[in-house]
Amino acid sequence: MPVDESYPDGLKYHPEHDWARIEDGEATLGITWFAQDALGELVHYEAPDEGSTISKDDSYGEVESVKAVSDLITPLSGEVLAVNAKVVDAPETVNDDPYGEGWLVRIRLSDPAEIESLLDANAYRALLESS
Amino acid sequence: MVPFAGWDMPVQYDGVIPEHRAVRSDCGVFDVSHMGELEVEGMRAFDLLQSTLSNDVSRLEVGDAQYTLLTNERGGIVDDLIVYRTDQHRYLLIVNASNRDADYRWLKECEIRGSDVRDFSDDYALLAVQGPRSLERLGLPEAKPFTWAMGEVDGIEVMVNRTGYTGELGVELMCPAEDAPALWDAVVGRGAKPCGLGARDTLRLEVCYPLHGNDITPDTDAVSAGLGWTCALDTDFTGAGELRRIKAEGPQRRLIAFVMTEKAIPRQGMEIANGGVVTSGSHSPMLDIGIGMGYVPTAEADVGTELTIDVRGRARGARVVKKPIYNREER
Repeated sequence: MPVDESYPDGLKYHPEHDWARIEDGEATLGITWFAQDALGELVHYEAPDEGSTISKDDSYGEVESVKAVSDLITPLSGEVLAVNAKVVDAPETVNDDPYGEGWLVRIRLSDPAEIESLLDANAYRALLESS
Repeated sequence: MVPFAGWDMPVQYDGVIPEHRAVRSDCGVFDVSHMGELEVEGMRAFDLLQSTLSNDVSRLEVGDAQYTLLTNERGGIVDDLIVYRTDQHRYLLIVNASNRDADYRWLKECEIRGSDVRDFSDDYALLAVQGPRSLERLGLPEAKPFTWAMGEVDGIEVMVNRTGYTGELGVELMCPAEDAPALWDAVVGRGAKPCGLGARDTLRLEVCYPLHGNDITPDTDAVSAGLGWTCALDTDFTGAGELRRIKAEGPQRRLIAFVMTEKAIPRQGMEIANGGVVTSGSHSPMLDIGIGMGYVPTAEADVGTELTIDVRGRARGARVVKKPIYNREER
């Protein structure tokens, strides 16, 4: 069943429709409700290798629905600590719970100052409304 | 909505995957009014079609339909279509939307005295109602595949064609364009799930029905495409000589079906490292893996051959499988 549109307060957002939950120098990353809704039911998650380094604003992987492929853009730089194996096995988990069970990677931040450039939930909602 | 052959077409209503599953398990409806309808009529209509279509038109009685190809001098496929014999000297051709004009021009050029070709695509709508419960839901009698009869759905008169593009039991209902909205409402009211172009593509790919423009084109021949069964090579249609030669010599390459053996979704245009290219690729909602079709050299075309597909720079394994990729009876 499709979940209702939401953009939780307390997360940071990137204009390419990615979110970050930041805790103690680490961040959990995923895609927003808007992104999963635009793609439709996900059927493939091409994940980065654990231990690899990813750079802010660059692609760190891909998600695919039946009809479309989308790059995953990381809002922050860091080292990949964990990949969500549940999403690799069952990519539709992202559609069911984009901010919870549907997280994509956890990273150790290499430049916490980058957080300043991200949007809060209100600013991201405003971006969606203006586009 | 996406533009397709000059039409605005829905890719999906509720979602490709639920729509796909509805057609495999129950019943779905597709608005395929974009498809072209050509009519060939006259004392020599048969002669015109027998000399331009690959299959043997003489096998059609009134009430029958046949899958066939319009071929060029090189044996290439101008279009694939279904021909219906609607009267003693009248035939209906339901053709791909994007080839409607080319088909019409092609047949017009071949027209002979005593055969008249007409394009009446704009006057008619076509709804494909497909799935194991489709006939039951429509209240229509069982009928043999590749036949047609006049019928009625909730008081709307329709031509009921026992044809489709999903591999399931089903019909394609043709009616005057002005009756189409009421027919759509009636069919949906009887429980058919509205389905878009996305599910139409995944359904046909699972059962390895070729898509013209992807898997078959004017530059691919019927023998290499595995459509030799649609070619009556003892009749003298355009390109028959070239197809007889290709069949006798054996094709250089073949259109094969494959499944991914590693997680990845193949897409049209991806290179196959064994030589060749993916012509159709997607995710199979029934098998939950990547599937596709593509041309490979004949030496790489046997069932069981391991393939490597270049998925945006990543080498991913696949295996040649028997067609169709999905077969209800084997599950």
